[in-house]
Amino acid sequence: MFESIVAGLSGLSTGVVYLFTQGLPNVVMLLAGGTLLYLGVKKNVEPLLLVPIGFGCVLVNIPLSELMDKGGMLRILYEGGIANELFPLLIFVGIGAMTDFAPLLENPKILLFGAAGQCGIFLTLLLALALGFPELEAVAIAIIGACDGPTAIYVTSQYAPQLLGPVTVAAYSYMALVPIIQPPIMKAMTTQKERVVRMAIVKKSVSPTTKLLFPIVVTLIGGLIAPKGLPLLGTIMLGNFMRECGAVARLTKASENEIANIVTLFLGLAIGGTMEGHAFLKPTTLAIFGMGFVAICLDTVVGVAFGKLMCLLSGGKVNPLIGAAGISAFPMAARVVQAQGLRYDKRNHLLMHAAGANAGGQIGSVVAAAVMLSVLKGMGMI
Amino acid sequence: MDKWAFGITMTIVGVGGTFLTLWILSLVIGLLKRLFPLSSEGGGAEKKS
Repeated sequence: MFESIVAGLSGLSTGVVYLFTQGLPNVVMLLAGGTLLYLGVKKNVEPLLLVPIGFGCVLVNIPLSELMDKGGMLRILYEGGIANELFPLLIFVGIGAMTDFAPLLENPKILLFGAAGQCGIFLTLLLALALGFPELEAVAIAIIGACDGPTAIYVTSQYAPQLLGPVTVAAYSYMALVPIIQPPIMKAMTTQKERVVRMAIVKKSVSPTTKLLFPIVVTLIGGLIAPKGLPLLGTIMLGNFMRECGAVARLTKASENEIANIVTLFLGLAIGGTMEGHAFLKPTTLAIFGMGFVAICLDTVVGVAFGKLMCLLSGGKVNPLIGAAGISAFPMAARVVQAQGLRYDKRNHLLMHAAGANAGGQIGSVVAAAVMLSVLKGMGMI
Repeated sequence: MDKWAFGITMTIVGVGGTFLTLWILSLVIGLLKRLFPLSSEGGGAEKKS
């Protein structure tokens, strides 16, 4: 009897014993999870993602919780929506349903800013290879430069699932830090004369038919050029087609609200579940965060440099600052450009042009990932 | 294929492919705008979802 009571009590103490004997990584990650919760709740840093990720991180680091073991709650969410890429694709339907591409359609040439803003992906790939990462891990790290959480999750979960936690947290953290990261680079790369360039007022010139055909055209052309990325392009364009056709308002609303919210919760929890201390706390995690930062900086550098080129070619009619909006962090990057434009000339409103470049960045990030996957397939790497 | 050949190929083809795809899309959007101008559709009365 006494022995069974002792055995029963030992069952209650194993978690605490584990924590104090071999649980240092878990303690560190419990603190990291708490930090994510703090940033999400108190600092309003991507709260919709960081709160479930932070809580998932706390759950998985409670010793012997077995939530990520076979049959555990977080493992079920992971297998059900991340290992098979379902969750990021459902999020993309919602993003497509929420996004108005009109500013981009008004001036289609601005789409090229969305290509320039992705160059950080490819330059970071070279950096990751130089640091000794295997090819597919380098691709997953580089995709942080897409500034697009679902794209990063989609690519990483397929080709480097062991890096999913750090890549995802880095991607979302740096997206939230765009207003801090970009302005110094924008200032350093432009002259005072360039920063005050006023761009022509955008006139409304896009018909409803054009807006309706746009997602179909992007799906067809993008799918034909880079078929491996069709799930990414197809889902974001499905959401946008539903928005523009106006015939399925209930589906559109569900995609941008209920479905996106539920999937975001599950996605965040499952990502948090990949942040178990012993697996997460490695030098590679630090390297991934460092390279993610470099990727966003390089995106901005190349974007602004492309803006300067366009300024030159247009005879000074393009403000180079809008190049910084060619990343996927929508609409944050466009707001940063607007704020910087106003900082140097209180009457210079760049928002519509920046919103166009930013919408181009959204498409650009998905196209860049799709091109990357198709090139990998063509090279026989996947 | 060694790492550097992979990296350089991926960078050149990746950047080039991304620019090419988006350039083609920008041309097609321009074409769509010519084929379906706003003025021919009643000055932009749009359906709202």
